Amino acid sequence: MTKSLGLSPMRKGCRWALGGLLAFALAGNVLAEENPRDPYEGFNRSMFAVNEAIDKYAAKPVAQVYDNAVPLPVKASVGNFFSNVGDLWIGANSAMQGKFSDAGIDIGRLLINSTVGIFGLFDVASELGLEKHEEDFGQTLAVWGVGSGGYLFWPVIGPRTVRDTGGWTVDFFAADPVTYVRPYGVRNSMVVLRFVDVRASLLPADKVVEEAALDKYAYIRDAYLQRRRNQIFDGRPPRLDD
Amino acid sequence: MKKIFALFFAGFLASSAFAQEAPDTLVQRVTEEVLEIIRHDKEIQNGSTNKVIDLVDKKVLPHFNFQHMTALALGKEWRKASPQQQQQLTAEFKTLLVRTYSNALTSYKNQKIVYKPFKMAPADTDVLVRTEVHQPGNKPVQLDYSLEKLESGWKVYDVVVAGISLVTNYRDQFGQEVRNGGIDGLIASIAAKNKSLEANQKK
Repeated sequence: MTKSLGLSPMRKGCRWALGGLLAFALAGNVLAEENPRDPYEGFNRSMFAVNEAIDKYAAKPVAQVYDNAVPLPVKASVGNFFSNVGDLWIGANSAMQGKFSDAGIDIGRLLINSTVGIFGLFDVASELGLEKHEEDFGQTLAVWGVGSGGYLFWPVIGPRTVRDTGGWTVDFFAADPVTYVRPYGVRNSMVVLRFVDVRASLLPADKVVEEAALDKYAYIRDAYLQRRRNQIFDGRPPRLDD
Repeated sequence: MKKIFALFFAGFLASSAFAQEAPDTLVQRVTEEVLEIIRHDKEIQNGSTNKVIDLVDKKVLPHFNFQHMTALALGKEWRKASPQQQQQLTAEFKTLLVRTYSNALTSYKNQKIVYKPFKMAPADTDVLVRTEVHQPGNKPVQLDYSLEKLESGWKVYDVVVAGISLVTNYRDQFGQEVRNGGIDGLIASIAAKNKSLEANQKK
């Protein structure tokens, strides 16, 4: 008891020192970085480097093998299947954003593709003119008025703002039907397959980014932020003055 | 003399006809012309950078305003640059954009371009033409062009893919380079990038 009492001033001191250091580091960060949209740039750049390594040695090679080995119709079906599974939560998000006719289309797509489209393997709904929407909980939060917060880059998950990291957690752990698939082995395989499928679909974009970017990190960050803004406004963002 | 005059006159007529072409028909005409050529050109489909750049040079670039694009990419710093720097920067940025996005054209397969309904007032001098790239098994990708009306006709000054402006996406990278090495530093680093891309290119 006495010991801890004796220690407590020191602990307090430590805490102060730590707090001071942290504040100093953050202030330094803010001073060094002139980009208000990327307050955690130091952290992000190191995570980006980690992700580049994971991508180079694991994700990309696997995606390339998948892309070369799997025939196009099968790849299309895999993409369609996960896209169809996603339409349920997309519909829920459309509804939560007050876009009820969109929500109707999303659920209509789900019903048609799950039945006529044979468990979602074929995207019949698109051919019938029911267009796919892009919604997620991060966008719903944005529509509800939650600010984006700073930009973050996560290994494997990739770019997300603070708000969209929260949104993604809900999307992935709570709202994703795949999360509820049992046994766990099947669920995990599905999560991996979906990841590989998405990564494979991004392979053609790799080259463009490599060639176009002066700074790949910044190029991806700014592209992500522009793209998010576009998604939140459903493809019609108000014009920014330059 | 008469012949020369006639030629001159014909040229004048042709150019004024193009000047009057509405921005949406311009986008559609050029897109379809370019895709038609790619569909029949095996070398481009096999990834010939030189050939596709040639095509873009001839068919697409006359309708782009690279000076405006570069100014837009650079933002406020543009006005601080000397006319000579502006010229050099525009040239290097043009080379970079043309090379990287022409290469993207070589991967064109059977995507279909859908032209969105377009409306403009007769007095408009700055418009957005919306298109969509459709491909089987994928969600359509938005592809929009910002055009401005100049004396020489409508010119594209921004291309927006899936909400990402290929021009303003450079804003922070350019700013970073200018902070580190001034406008000349920026010109030098784009030039270096162009050199390394040229060295690696597939002929």
